Amino acid sequence: MRGNHTVAEAAVRAGCRYYFGYPITPQNETPEYMAERLFKVEGGVFIQAESEIAAINMVIGASMAGARVMTSSSSPGISLKQEGISFLSALELPAVIVNMSRGSPGLGNIAPAQSDYFQATRGGGHGDYRNIVFGPSSGQELANLTFEGFDLADKYRIPVMLLGDGMLGQMMEPVEFPPEISVKKLPHKEWVLSGAKGRPSRILRSLFLDPIEEEEHNWKLMRKYEKIAREETRWESFQCDDAKMIVVAFGIGARIAKGAIKRVREEGLRVGLIRPISLWPFPSKSIKELSKKVKHFFVFELNMGQMVEDVKLALEGSGEVHFYGRPGGIIPPPMELARVISSQYYQRKLR
Amino acid sequence: MKKVFTRPRSLKQTPFHYCPGCGHSLLHRLIGEVIDEMDLREKIIGVPPAGCAVLAYNYLDIDMGEAAHGRAAALATGLKRALPDRLIFTYQGDGDIAAIGTAETIHAAARGEKITTIFVNNAVYGMTGGQMAPTTVLGQSTTTSPGGRKEQRDGYPIKLSEMLALAQGSAYIERTALNSPSNVLKTKKAIAKAFRIQLDGVGFSLVEVLSPCPTNWRMSPVESWKWIGEVMTTSFPLGVLKDVGDKRDAD
Repeated sequence: MRGNHTVAEAAVRAGCRYYFGYPITPQNETPEYMAERLFKVEGGVFIQAESEIAAINMVIGASMAGARVMTSSSSPGISLKQEGISFLSALELPAVIVNMSRGSPGLGNIAPAQSDYFQATRGGGHGDYRNIVFGPSSGQELANLTFEGFDLADKYRIPVMLLGDGMLGQMMEPVEFPPEISVKKLPHKEWVLSGAKGRPSRILRSLFLDPIEEEEHNWKLMRKYEKIAREETRWESFQCDDAKMIVVAFGIGARIAKGAIKRVREEGLRVGLIRPISLWPFPSKSIKELSKKVKHFFVFELNMGQMVEDVKLALEGSGEVHFYGRPGGIIPPPMELARVISSQYYQRKLR
Repeated sequence: MKKVFTRPRSLKQTPFHYCPGCGHSLLHRLIGEVIDEMDLREKIIGVPPAGCAVLAYNYLDIDMGEAAHGRAAALATGLKRALPDRLIFTYQGDGDIAAIGTAETIHAAARGEKITTIFVNNAVYGMTGGQMAPTTVLGQSTTTSPGGRKEQRDGYPIKLSEMLALAQGSAYIERTALNSPSNVLKTKKAIAKAFRIQLDGVGFSLVEVLSPCPTNWRMSPVESWKWIGEVMTTSFPLGVLKDVGDKRDAD
């Protein structure tokens, strides 16, 4: 199944009945799939909005009503959604947002790239907030994290972003979906707007003119983010036990890195991989922990170096960091990356 | 003794903070009365976006969800699609609906969304201190059209309601004014009708209300009422701009 179809099908099976989007390559298969699929399920609503801005605000509306709701786009479109994402965060509304990113800035191109890491992990819009961001690296993981994304969005009342790229969206892979979730069995939400029937009226707002109230609101968000960082950090470690050098890569980049590591391992180089699955919260602790026995880190990204800053922050100076990136939509084969890794390995006299 | 005048159940007991002579407090009251009379309090949800209008939720005792500047029609679309049996209305100022939110509003009308918009037109940006609005009339002085709006420099005011009347999905569009007791009553009737159109599932409905902003107009409340009648209504004539009645099937 194609990645862009996988995320749509997984969403419907996870109980999402509302999708609002706007066409942009390389993710058009998601709205196209949703247009057909949601028409066939009870209560399904699909709207092709007049803009990404309108789409994210429709998401806000459906989320205020308590629904599981999703939108998807790609880099320039995600920029337009950022205002709405800031509001979702401030209003504490759950939603799942998919970014099949491309080689930007500006219009850039439609080829796969990881150039939106900063935007995704730093909040992206205005204000002091974080979103949960997952960086799936396969079709299967995309399906699993879509399910998990909806659950965590509801659990913490927070937007969850799935950050993929054109390759993940277009690539076809076999997928096994988790068991379907019945919309009727989803947990009741206490805070939704439904009309003030049998209860006092309710306001969902992000305007706090009193700075004391605004500060308290921000601290409340902060406490939530701290809890998420404690409990929801996800990463994969691959062949790290005997490693003298650790590659850090995410998403499709990590897939290439794994191939490269297998090659250099055949030559006897002891190289491992840390793959952050949650890009926020970032697995800083596990990287810092590794630095007790490994001093050499190699960060690979399909951009000019963004996650590398998080790796450096995690290490707090306790390791040497080398960065290698290919921005703009070029996908280096594992062989190319293997050459760069092994050249670093020998330069550092690890062998 | 018979009680002939009281606070509507749908208004909170909070004193209005609006400037003296402002139309918002009057309009809030009218909406509260309509909600009570149509027994809608338990099924209505309001959407106030940025501007003076956002504070409506401090006064109306109903469920309300705040929207970003200009995005109310899109947010209301999401709410209505998720809760088709509730009554969803937006409460937007002129800058919000006719400048930054033009696209969202026109497309909601074109889709025939079953939502109602109360469009408060006071010809200025009120909350930010009286800048030129898309509906500022020619010759009107604001902080960003000093010496009066000139078509060569500032362009013409936008007649959004007329544009919305052209949309095939709009069902009922009326322009009223808050500048005399009879026009206040007409405004209330128009709001009730717009809500009724939505409940009947006919299509998009909107009431544009010409509303005084004495503070930013640098006028007394009495002068403001006069100015609406003598100046504003020449650019924005009152009346029903569209009413498809029951011509469209209510499905």
